[in-house]
Amino acid sequence: MFDWIQNMADWFVYGVLGLAKEQHLAEALNFFIYDTTKILILLFVVIFLMGIVNSYFPIDKVKNYLSRNKLYGIEYLMASLFGVVTPFCSCSSVPLFIGFVRGGIPLGVTFSFLITSPLVNEVAIGLFVGLFGIKTTIIYVVSGVLLGTISGAILQKLKLEPLLTPWVKEVLVSAQREQDVFQAEKQTFKQRLPIIWAEVQKILKGIIPYVLIGIAIGGLMHGYIPEGFFEQYMDEDNLFAVPIATILAVPMYSNASGILPVVQVLVAKGIPLGTAIAFMMGVVGLSLPEAMLLKKVMTLKLIAIFFGVVTLCIIVSGYLFNFIL
Amino acid sequence: MTKVIKILGTGCPKCQSMTGVVKGVVLENNLDATIEKVEDIMEIMNYSVLSTPALVIDNVITIKGRIPSKSEVLELLT
Repeated sequence: MFDWIQNMADWFVYGVLGLAKEQHLAEALNFFIYDTTKILILLFVVIFLMGIVNSYFPIDKVKNYLSRNKLYGIEYLMASLFGVVTPFCSCSSVPLFIGFVRGGIPLGVTFSFLITSPLVNEVAIGLFVGLFGIKTTIIYVVSGVLLGTISGAILQKLKLEPLLTPWVKEVLVSAQREQDVFQAEKQTFKQRLPIIWAEVQKILKGIIPYVLIGIAIGGLMHGYIPEGFFEQYMDEDNLFAVPIATILAVPMYSNASGILPVVQVLVAKGIPLGTAIAFMMGVVGLSLPEAMLLKKVMTLKLIAIFFGVVTLCIIVSGYLFNFIL
Repeated sequence: MTKVIKILGTGCPKCQSMTGVVKGVVLENNLDATIEKVEDIMEIMNYSVLSTPALVIDNVITIKGRIPSKSEVLELLT
């Protein structure tokens, strides 16, 4: 599928620039051109498709659906799946949280959504396809969705409502399965397209520098770190690798677009994929800035429990991956 | 009549760029409007928006969760 990009990179590096094939510089440049082109195309496609889905399926509809229907346990999975198609900005997490609570949606279901939404997003999917291939991407997405579902269900069982901040508890009391009047934007696809397009451009512009830097660093590491370098520290038999990688990752609020290309190289050099995915999930899914924002609606204890449960689930899935893959 | 514009947002970059767009449109077209930034989460929740930034004109939510273009805002204001 991507042969033509390879041909183009070959043509540019060996033809136009006239570099010899054996040179390190030529190879690194070739790799960089091929990887960036491929990844940017994939990112563009995925972000665009998600933009279309989201335009027809905005968060208000999701909320109304979840508060209207009694789903007998499926609601955690539904909330988690909705999280995938909804773009997430951590600054929206508080209004979102309150809106869900006010709509009478159980706390655990709200958590399911809050966990999956940043974890499985359009940028991460685009990068995963480009760097690790379709199979690994599917594994990542499916496990992200399951992680949100299971963590949400566990958090619901813990009955955490008393740990909300007082004003949120008031909201909870007056919660009703209300239907917010939803001014559906009745627009044709033609009218929606410019809005979706503008959004795609904005997202791409925001992440391109990180992607380029990430791939450049990855490319350099490719050349200098010997094959299998990490195996001696982080092989599958090392029981502590997964928890350490995850716990290191949680406070990091790095742009996934910058860190994924680097992780890909680490995997190529011998870090087990499960350990790497656990690390990625920790970076993307949980962050300190998010915790700070959530302080407005949750007590510190609740935030700690929330992060603790999710971290634990990430660690477990890391082990599972290493075991299965 | 003076239009009352409110921009709801907790101070994230997206909210700031929405404020920029709206201010620009009002200034460039000499519109009769007041702009207020609403950053208090309790007050924001009175508007039942789920995603910020949101643009409220004369107490009607017009745009939420994204940054509008200048022409869009101009259309909403005139």
